[in-house]
Amino acid sequence: MTPVIYAGLAPVRTTLDNGAVFLAKETRTTPAVAINLAMRAGSICDPASAPGTTWLLSRMIDRGTRTRSGDAIAEDLDGRGITLTVTVSRHLFSLGCSCLAEHFEPVLTLLGDVLMSPSFPEAEIATRKGEVITAIRQDEDSPAVRATESLMALLYPGGHPYGRPTKGSIEIVESLTRDHLVRLHADRFAPTELTAVVVGDVDAGRARDVTARVFGGWRRPPLPAVPVASPTPATARRRVVIPMMNKVQADIAYGLTTIRRRDPAYYAFWLMNNALGQYSIGGRLGDSIRERQGMAYYVSSSLDANVVEGPLVIRAGVSPANVDRAVASIDEELTLLRRDGLTAKELDESRRYLIGSMPRALETNAGIAAFLQSEEFFDLGLDYDMRLPDLLGAVTLDEANAAARQALDPARATLVIAGPYTDR
Amino acid sequence: MTLAPAALKQITQTRCDNGLKVLVQEEHTAPLASVWCWYAVGSKDERPGLTGASHWCEHMNFKGTTNIPRDQVKGIIEQFGGSWNGYTWIDQTTYLETATRDALDRMLFIESERMGNCLYHPDDCESERTVIMSELQGGENDPDQLLDQEVTATAFKAHTYRHPTIGWMSDLQTMSREDLFGYYRRHYVPNNATLVIVGDVDTDDVLRRVDHHFGRMPAGPEIPRLKTVEPEQTGERRVTIRREGTTAYLKMAYHAPGVSDSQFFPLLILDAALTGAKGLNLWASFRVPPPQRSTRLYRALVEQGLASYVSGSLLPTAQPFLFTVSATATDGASLASVEARLLEELDRVRREGITEGELGKAKAQLHARLVFDGDSVTNIAHQLGYFETIANVGVITSAPASIAAVTLDEVAAAARIVLAESNRTVGWFDPLPVRS
Repeated sequence: MTPVIYAGLAPVRTTLDNGAVFLAKETRTTPAVAINLAMRAGSICDPASAPGTTWLLSRMIDRGTRTRSGDAIAEDLDGRGITLTVTVSRHLFSLGCSCLAEHFEPVLTLLGDVLMSPSFPEAEIATRKGEVITAIRQDEDSPAVRATESLMALLYPGGHPYGRPTKGSIEIVESLTRDHLVRLHADRFAPTELTAVVVGDVDAGRARDVTARVFGGWRRPPLPAVPVASPTPATARRRVVIPMMNKVQADIAYGLTTIRRRDPAYYAFWLMNNALGQYSIGGRLGDSIRERQGMAYYVSSSLDANVVEGPLVIRAGVSPANVDRAVASIDEELTLLRRDGLTAKELDESRRYLIGSMPRALETNAGIAAFLQSEEFFDLGLDYDMRLPDLLGAVTLDEANAAARQALDPARATLVIAGPYTDR
Repeated sequence: MTLAPAALKQITQTRCDNGLKVLVQEEHTAPLASVWCWYAVGSKDERPGLTGASHWCEHMNFKGTTNIPRDQVKGIIEQFGGSWNGYTWIDQTTYLETATRDALDRMLFIESERMGNCLYHPDDCESERTVIMSELQGGENDPDQLLDQEVTATAFKAHTYRHPTIGWMSDLQTMSREDLFGYYRRHYVPNNATLVIVGDVDTDDVLRRVDHHFGRMPAGPEIPRLKTVEPEQTGERRVTIRREGTTAYLKMAYHAPGVSDSQFFPLLILDAALTGAKGLNLWASFRVPPPQRSTRLYRALVEQGLASYVSGSLLPTAQPFLFTVSATATDGASLASVEARLLEELDRVRREGITEGELGKAKAQLHARLVFDGDSVTNIAHQLGYFETIANVGVITSAPASIAAVTLDEVAAAARIVLAESNRTVGWFDPLPVRS
């Protein structure tokens, strides 16, 4: 068997006259194309007094444009077998879909219209607000969501945009009007904030031409960036219990703030977190809590280094009788990793895994599109996929262990327990 | 091993002398290979007292073998950047690894060990008992999942499709290591398995390696199968769960044909017209919701503000299972109003069938979904193994033609038969105010 040699994505990148960025990668795996349009207009753009406005805008944006009715949009997309996915993260507002290659041009034209010229029909707003309110009520009944949202509010307090609930509150959603949506769209949607990524069975030059035709005439002056402050690191351990006695299982969310994505230490943190709570079935945490003690079906840690210092969050679902033992086990694993560090073998295993998993991560059109969006958002460079193995390869054991010492202090951890559990 | 003629385009099908079926498809689009080993055993094969055994065995089959020590299970595939997993459902249990192509031999070795040499150490059985109980309790935290379990158990009174794949709690508490190991030995034999390899591989090389790893395994005795057929339902059934919660959920389940029945594809079209096409990939169907804004039930329930969500589910199964419509009531809307509107639409389609335009749209959606479902070696391998296990691989390779051939009359006939009141089970999750 010949060795696997990775050739790199080598995407095509163009900046349009109006500041919009276009990225494309041709693939021939299937006669399909993934379109991913990301605006730097995520939930951090919510008015401080009205968290959830961006979320409601995301439910309304494809319900009509100046030239198309909501029904016409629905018929067009449904008739081509397309599901338009609209997502809101802290920093990005994204439209995404897969379409057959033969439909690429009309679909991108439609998505451009939706993104640039939504009409927010008044008649739709009450229905969409009802959906959002129902979703908030469902979240209120979910121990996993309650634990995670409460943790984020504690790690990022005082109305910090990372700590606000993305969907907002029922009271705020009820108060929102069409004017709020029109104003937010006018304030935060502009070509300078757009990255359009096209991946699939379409010539990159043609994709660029179509993108330029669709978005080239969109004229807006550049927008000022929305400032996001660094969080104040916790100085003491915090523990909050949300009793939900109608549930069977408790969810634990245990978190700490870490570093920025652009911090040079990111790769050491990434490897350290992989060994802690990702590798195989949940790294060291999985070995202890699931494999050795049989306490949980799921336990893992995730690192979300972002524009400002993002969180490392450990999550587990356990029987209420095992909550204290599970928390003690998390504390113990963090203490051991902080005190003794990773072994050279663990670091090597995580490194080989992360480097080796790249062909899988970049196998599908949607996977490549997501990778290119991240590459652009964090300004990682068009050759990032080729440099990534070296970036991971250069991390020393000392650097990974320094990351553990910096991040994993149980005495400064914040934990939330939601479920059929109360403090005795 | 005898090589059968390739009956299907690009797929090499063989059967080893010990009965192991092998499917190989070369896909040279990425330097990856995906290996899946499928067993024709699922929760429908479980007798009372052993519910959940198939799923528990799946968990145990990651716990070390004669030649893979317990502490070395993890790392074999990861060193190739690969992922591995498994799942169990009503008809099947399956295991997969996807990694760079140089891991092919390791992946086949793992699957051969899993088939022949798992240990079932008593300590591991006990540890996994509580892990699975945690999995079950996690599911019960979700009222929609709880309702689904109760509706299925109500719709079936005889067939073993009625119990949940994870099993009933009392069986999880009482099953022994001997129960599990016996179940494993009966079902994990080459003549009850299908091995699927898809990726950047050479078919001849794959077949040599398969022969090396699996060729000397003995066939097992023929597996006795439960033969109960669900009797025809003679009247509507209802189940109402009243528990503390914030949101009301509705489900309507109708007995529906298995995948080999001529009514399956017409019903798939009907589901697409009602709630949007999901495609045929159980493994990938949850990734993206269906295109449904213009469908009948979305317009009747979501656009009218009665429900915040509606979906349909017709999954390919070996024996007749269920076509289920699920709805989440919008905050403030009553379950009775959601049910009344839903029944109005279902009765209308039962009387009138669907239109030519809806038929064309459903076919276009399903065509697109079949294309999207083939976007990775993992997904392609899943589809081949899934259909070979529940019926035969020809069902999926001929699916485009089967879908294209469906007529309006066939859809109307499927609607008339399946959507009958006497074939229906209605479930409500009617929330009580939350006290805590």
